[in-house]
Amino acid sequence: MSTIGYQSWAVDLAEVGAIYPFQGHEVLMTVFGVVFWLGWHWLQFHNENEELKENSKSVTNSKTIS
Amino acid sequence: MDGNLNALTTIFTEFYYWVTVVFMFLIHVGFCLYEVSASRRKNHMHTLMKNLMIIPLVTVTFFFFGWWIYWAFPDFPFFGGLNLAASSANTPWSDTMGTNLNDHITGVFWAAFLLFSWTAASIVSGSVIERIRSSAFWIHAILIGSVFWVIDAAWGWHYAGWMVRELGYHDAYASGVIHAIAGGYALGVLTVLGPRIGKFDENGAPRDIPPHNPWLLTIGIFMIYTGFWGFYAACNVPIISPEIIDGQIIGTTWTATNIYLSPTSLSAITFNFLMSLSGGLMAAYIVSKGDAFWTFSGGLAGIITASAGNDLYHPMQAMLIGAIGVVFAYKLHHWVERKFKIDDAVGAVAVHGYSGFIGLVISGFVLWGSPSSPFEGYQTINPIGQLAGAIIMFGLLGFLPAYIVARIQSSLGVLRIPKSVELSGLDFLDDELYQKSRAEIIAAEEKELDR
Repeated sequence: MSTIGYQSWAVDLAEVGAIYPFQGHEVLMTVFGVVFWLGWHWLQFHNENEELKENSKSVTNSKTIS
Repeated sequence: MDGNLNALTTIFTEFYYWVTVVFMFLIHVGFCLYEVSASRRKNHMHTLMKNLMIIPLVTVTFFFFGWWIYWAFPDFPFFGGLNLAASSANTPWSDTMGTNLNDHITGVFWAAFLLFSWTAASIVSGSVIERIRSSAFWIHAILIGSVFWVIDAAWGWHYAGWMVRELGYHDAYASGVIHAIAGGYALGVLTVLGPRIGKFDENGAPRDIPPHNPWLLTIGIFMIYTGFWGFYAACNVPIISPEIIDGQIIGTTWTATNIYLSPTSLSAITFNFLMSLSGGLMAAYIVSKGDAFWTFSGGLAGIITASAGNDLYHPMQAMLIGAIGVVFAYKLHHWVERKFKIDDAVGAVAVHGYSGFIGLVISGFVLWGSPSSPFEGYQTINPIGQLAGAIIMFGLLGFLPAYIVARIQSSLGVLRIPKSVELSGLDFLDDELYQKSRAEIIAAEEKELDR
């Protein structure tokens, strides 16, 4: 058993194509990738809102970083 | 890879594009230095993170759909449907978009285009610093980096793009397809975003908001120059035979080509890169009266202006065209700033947008009647085609979508940071934590000394 489809390199390289693991599941891997990407945006947007609210509460008009 | 010559050509081409990608990484390093240095100390860490996160966000979206758009859109939607045959090998689930011993080119070619995508997004990033919400900007970064510039590349920077075929559009080193579109996009966002607090006085006159680190800012532009070498090389096909091109070229002489598969050479573009850089620097030094920021930016603007035709120009032409572009961009920047109260923090609209636009127009006259392609039936290069191309790049694919999306974000209240945060600085909370930690460590050290 091999996740990349080859257990040894005793092959003619002219006949070798893809050698990444889990060939045939590319669409599923893409779905996981897109979920990860969109989830990141959702989390970041939520965290940024919290940070901006906290920042607004903390500051006074006279306080800035010089 | 049957045969030694074929193997050598393939591996050379793979390595060639790989080297360009490494060089182009320096563009992003330069943009980060430039942008962070231009910001005030109260904002510089957020400014850095805003630019840094372009890298992953544009990379993954360019993998998901940007690369597919390039291959699917050359005729779409005006002259045909999506090219599903060519694009099918460039979907994220294609077996050539991964480790594949039968394909040595897709990964490095994809990456070369991707680094252009980062550049397009980075150009916009600098202009909007110190008041845009990072989440809002990153949507724009994805749109310019993985959607709109890729559409313009499919139309006007592809050997079979409709703008090349129907308009004779010629833009060898991306005056329009990267710079004019990114400048136009930045202007679209800026128009809605508004200026930083204090940028304009009661009479509407602009104030200078000095960079917190002027010399590091100029080193950033130096770094962009360096990366620009990789950008230029990446715009070429390093070596190809007329048989593979399969166009009108006769004989068996192999050549380097531009992206349209029309012949040029690395030597030619090396001449013209340096001469247009020099023309830009010299003109900018004079017109800005020796201002360091504008002189360095002028070098960049000189290259950008001449880039459309730098595959064919004589070095003298490249130098003079670079100089003309800088004067045009500098004057227009200050006029637009005063007239429309546009606060472009790093002059990106001028350096990239106006220079790119005027560079396309000039090339239409200088290269009038020259072939835009090695293939039969293509319109030759002409002023009308180049002007139309400049309007499409700057206006239709740059300014317009940016303006619409920014208006939507603004109406939802998610475009700009709150006024109190803008006044105190985006890094206010981080600075409080920093000062607190610093005080605790100093107190602990003093306690240790007292023992």
